[in-house]
Amino acid sequence: MPPFMHRAVTHLSASVSALAVPAAAVAVSLALFGAFVALVGVDPVEMYQLMYRGAFGTWFSWQNTLTRASPLILTALCTALPAQLGLVIIGGEGALVLGALAAAATGVALNGAPVALVWPAMALAGMAGGALLIGGAGALRQWRGVNETISSLLLTYIAIAVLNHMVEGPLKDPASLNKPSTAPLADTYMIGTLPGSSVHWGLVVGIVCAVAAWVLMRRTTFGFAARMVGGNPRAARMAGLPVGRLLVVTTALAGAAAGLAGMVEVAAVHGRASASLVAGYGSTGILVAFLARQNPLAVIPVAVLFGGIGASGGLLQRRLDLPDASVLVLQGIIFVVLLASEAMQGRLRLFAFATPAAKEA
Amino acid sequence: MNVMSRIIPPASLPAGPPAPGLEAVAITKRFGAFTALDAVSLKLRPGTVHALLGENGAGKSTLVKCIMGFYRPDEGAVVVDDREVVIGDPRAAQTHGLGMVYQHFTLVPRMTVLENLVMARASVPAVIDWRAERRRLADFLATMPFAIDVDAPVATLAAGDKQKAEIVKQLYLNARVLILDEPTSVLTPDEADETLGLIRGMALAGRLSVLIITHKFREVMAFADDVTVLRRGRLAGSGAVADHTPDSLARLMIGDSSTAVPVERRGPAGMAARLRIAGLRADDDSGLPALHGVDLTVNMGEIVGVAGVSGNGQVELVQVLAGQRAATAGSVQVGGEPYRATRAEMRRHKVHCLPEEPLRNACVPGMTVAENMAFRSFDEPPITRGGGWLGGWWLDPAAMRRAALDLIARYRVKTTGPDAPIATLSGGNVQRAVLARELSREVDVLIAANPVFGLDFAAVADIHAQIVEARNRGTAVLLVSEDLDELLELSDRLVVMSHGAIVHETTPAAADLTVIGRCMAGNPAHPVAPADGQRQPAR
Repeated sequence: MPPFMHRAVTHLSASVSALAVPAAAVAVSLALFGAFVALVGVDPVEMYQLMYRGAFGTWFSWQNTLTRASPLILTALCTALPAQLGLVIIGGEGALVLGALAAAATGVALNGAPVALVWPAMALAGMAGGALLIGGAGALRQWRGVNETISSLLLTYIAIAVLNHMVEGPLKDPASLNKPSTAPLADTYMIGTLPGSSVHWGLVVGIVCAVAAWVLMRRTTFGFAARMVGGNPRAARMAGLPVGRLLVVTTALAGAAAGLAGMVEVAAVHGRASASLVAGYGSTGILVAFLARQNPLAVIPVAVLFGGIGASGGLLQRRLDLPDASVLVLQGIIFVVLLASEAMQGRLRLFAFATPAAKEA
Repeated sequence: MNVMSRIIPPASLPAGPPAPGLEAVAITKRFGAFTALDAVSLKLRPGTVHALLGENGAGKSTLVKCIMGFYRPDEGAVVVDDREVVIGDPRAAQTHGLGMVYQHFTLVPRMTVLENLVMARASVPAVIDWRAERRRLADFLATMPFAIDVDAPVATLAAGDKQKAEIVKQLYLNARVLILDEPTSVLTPDEADETLGLIRGMALAGRLSVLIITHKFREVMAFADDVTVLRRGRLAGSGAVADHTPDSLARLMIGDSSTAVPVERRGPAGMAARLRIAGLRADDDSGLPALHGVDLTVNMGEIVGVAGVSGNGQVELVQVLAGQRAATAGSVQVGGEPYRATRAEMRRHKVHCLPEEPLRNACVPGMTVAENMAFRSFDEPPITRGGGWLGGWWLDPAAMRRAALDLIARYRVKTTGPDAPIATLSGGNVQRAVLARELSREVDVLIAANPVFGLDFAAVADIHAQIVEARNRGTAVLLVSEDLDELLELSDRLVVMSHGAIVHETTPAAADLTVIGRCMAGNPAHPVAPADGQRQPAR
């Protein structure tokens, strides 16, 4: 086989192999979830038909799905970017919440200023909020040796507590009685929808960020250095790379992505910061990142898939009398199956022909 | 030195059941389009030591892995004790009495020898009666020529004792055919002679058949009965060692391909200090002091060899110089300026590094060969492209590939291509790839640690030549090695490191091996003042 063909085949089979494991994990999870709903007396076939209809069946459900997908893309980046350095960050929820709070506070404080100023200010505030939280987890890891997975999780609880404190205290809108929240954003500052749809511009923001993250990691010296640190910190140190700085900057960027999701949620959906921002986008984002194998580009379709699963929850509730949370069961099953299937990666006999010939001695 | 005199006479060993023979018949193994082994046969006679020689990539490990059941050969058969057997996995190999000792230690460092050996058994009871186990092991060891402390944590053992423990483990698991993969690459010459002598003694007593993979002709000539030589996956020759000389073996191994001619050190070493280390202290991984004030100067165009038994601070010294470990005190200067191993300083002073275990220390296993070769150059043209303020940020993957193709050709790295993950290369080729990366640029200071560890004859000569050439061009070379012969051959100046300090300094010409040996062992006959620059007179 000519070398270029061998390269192509190797490349292709690597891609197929990378796709096969997550796809198989999803398939197994669907089967398990089907068995689960069958146990509670629901026909799995009917359920999956309904799920498909609720997620991708109509233009209406597509819009619902895409609206949910946009924050998922950004929160998934919060896990996928640090993963390039070998870090497992699960604090996307906290970064989203803190970013939303900072963005809402900024938007309210700047009330009256031109939109062209307020939006960037809100976005920057949201990104700074998220960056502070996740960058903090990175800094703790670098300089104090604190496990970043645990600290990012715990920082999430702190972020949620800060949100609750602020919307019930200093930033509370006196008019918000039964649901404490910040003062509403002026209508002019709300981010609109894409022409001809109910999907807001956050989807575009998410896709742009995902592509930018991919370019950063794959096509820049920064990303190259980050992947060196992720692959082998000893080799990175031997090359003189500033490992600590890369670590903190990358975690801060990751937090900024989730913080931006918070800003978009405030400026496009809620119009204010309140406890309803804690909607699980951060935790689902972790799952999206893992299913996308931490690839920023793959995050986009996977986020759409999970947006669809979330969107179908309402239909299942109405038509099958399943609790709204049942789609969370499906998400949970997918996550567990996926983690279990990681061990399968690269072991499938089907792809054995791709084992490099140079393996020797 | 008469190594044979160390061998314990067979009579002193209780006789066990005779060891079986092992035969590999016309084994062929292909990986995709690549034929790693082409109908290779090997016959290990019962109760003998058989050496398997070959360059990196010649197929030695593949052959052994086929025998041990790690790989399934595409054609051919394995015969144990005159019966053809099918070995599907390493556990099956164990039931046929085959045991393998790897180049790298596989015992759990924090567990004692006893714990390691008991845990290695195929079936370990849920509740372990340690007293009974220890008695069993003691009885077993009484029948063995190996003396090891079974209650010592493996981490505290010297390399030679670790290797013995690995061998004892296989024997304890009833291995009657022992396969040793470069067993002496981590041992001092004395330890190597002792270990191989003991094994040969057991073979002579008929209790073991031994297949030993090695590069060292000296060991083949001294300890093996028969030899098989592989070259590029084919049988290049075999026969009794007595019928061969090191030269004839080398010819079989290398064939007609040209090899690097040893390069002579030319001209005197420079006098201008390039690398100056003063009062350097650093801790080891567990936070205990490992370097107790190292003072060392390396001049331009000089190779300074650092000898010592492993674990005396050499690793930490190299790590500090390579930027992998922070110093706790002292200073490092390169070219008269303070040096903290940042990327900018490495570039300005052209400091390069050949660390030991390059896959672990100098490569990212999952990244491609091209990417690994770009670790020094990815952030400068031509791999970065474009102008403007973002110019230094953009990678040009095509340029990276081109640079790698050039290095692969120049340094003869055997790989399926620049896009293969570097972890798929053989050890020697990983080493070549790192060598290409580190030495293809201008080098003013080279830190090399056991740069030829585990490499074969031709590769060793090649890498030595490269290091000496660098020295002749004016590079200051700090060469840390556990191979004293290597240091004596290459160094302009030789220092001995013990307990985290330089305790002795000499030149290869004036070196007294007895004094060096004592200093390495940490008990010089008379107190040695490790004063900076003060030369210790050799006796």
